[in-house]
Amino acid sequence: MRAVSVEEAVAMIPNGATVMVGGFMGVGTPERLLDELVRQRKSELSIISNDAAVPGKGVGKLFDAALVSTLTTSHIGLNPNVQRQMMANKVAVNLVPQGTFVERIRAGGCGLGGVLTPTGIGTIVEEGKRKIEVDGKSFLLETALRSDFALIHAFLADYLGNLTYALTARNFNPVMAMAADTVVVTAEHIVPVGVIAPDHVVTPAPLVDFLIANG
Amino acid sequence: MDAQSIIARRVALELRSGDLVNLGIGIPTLVANYVPSDLKVFFQSENGLIGTGPIPEQGMAHPLLTDAGGRPISALPGASTFDSAMSFGLIRGGHVDLTVLGGLQVDAEGRLANWMIPGKMVPGMGGAMDLVTGAKRVIVAMQHAAKGKSKIVQKCALPLTSSRPIDLVVTDMAVIGFAGGRITLWETAPGVTVAEVIAVTEADLFIPANVPEMKI
Repeated sequence: MRAVSVEEAVAMIPNGATVMVGGFMGVGTPERLLDELVRQRKSELSIISNDAAVPGKGVGKLFDAALVSTLTTSHIGLNPNVQRQMMANKVAVNLVPQGTFVERIRAGGCGLGGVLTPTGIGTIVEEGKRKIEVDGKSFLLETALRSDFALIHAFLADYLGNLTYALTARNFNPVMAMAADTVVVTAEHIVPVGVIAPDHVVTPAPLVDFLIANG
Repeated sequence: MDAQSIIARRVALELRSGDLVNLGIGIPTLVANYVPSDLKVFFQSENGLIGTGPIPEQGMAHPLLTDAGGRPISALPGASTFDSAMSFGLIRGGHVDLTVLGGLQVDAEGRLANWMIPGKMVPGMGGAMDLVTGAKRVIVAMQHAAKGKSKIVQKCALPLTSSRPIDLVVTDMAVIGFAGGRITLWETAPGVTVAEVIAVTEADLFIPANVPEMKI
């Protein structure tokens, strides 16, 4: 793990990168990294994020600035900008049931080719997917998701990069921190090694590549 | 009593002590207001919490403690937090005893459509498909009709949420069940007659000899 400035971290992300962003309706989202993506005008991004938040918050900021070409997500209902950009064919939106979304990322982070889920059977979600019978029950094969970068927000990070999360801000963060080539983390508090007890570490330090240093 | 309170009060009668319950956005959320105080129910918020509590008092909201709509909530003693893989493992794995969801259409076979209107509204399914597929019991809480059109239809025209049939629909006019694969009028709302329910319901309801009024 290396501590870097937010400018330096975002400069590593090229236009067109595939980027996972933690958070649920903007809660547990690394806002400083999103602000910097907008400032550096990184464009044609493929975003993998549970939802599109709302304008002005979380990943919503990336759509306000029209920086996204593809969005893989479970819900865009509270962000009219995304709906508009989707209808105008400016953003390709892949809608995925939320439980399938998280399991595809988990699979990507755990070396699995995908998962078998009953969710989506008999709906338009099954179109184009392989159906597999196991013990007489039908499942959809949902393939793994990985990304070039994962942007993670933690509650505590220690100097080594061990992470814990707070309350409902945990959500997709620990799962995404497993599933990207490069993992960049912002934290509410950076604390000395030892402050986070081993039993309380949720994301172990070796998974973290870059921690955004305090300004 | 207004339509939403009728629905929420009636759904609350379906809760059992010890249940792990997931309430959807909208009318389902109101169900929590009518839980009897002696009933110990665990409410799950799918963004990673069991033990959701009421909206915090003025000045007590925490930005990292919200419901699935992003609104501030509180947590009750005994609450637990977890990541989204765990949250949907609970849902898909059959650990959630009951989910209450809103609906756009429910059909005669008990199938639910509640996540998109092609060409008009495409919010995404969020957690709805997993909830309907995986929860032990699924109740749909919705208005009986919208703009004069029945939401209880013979066959869903809108994209389905799941092929798994739901267990119960509670509307401002009726309680409708699907036991034995037959769409059946079980109860009517206070002051509503069976004939009135039949008149505003597109699906062909089976009407038992005795249809009691909701006890709310």
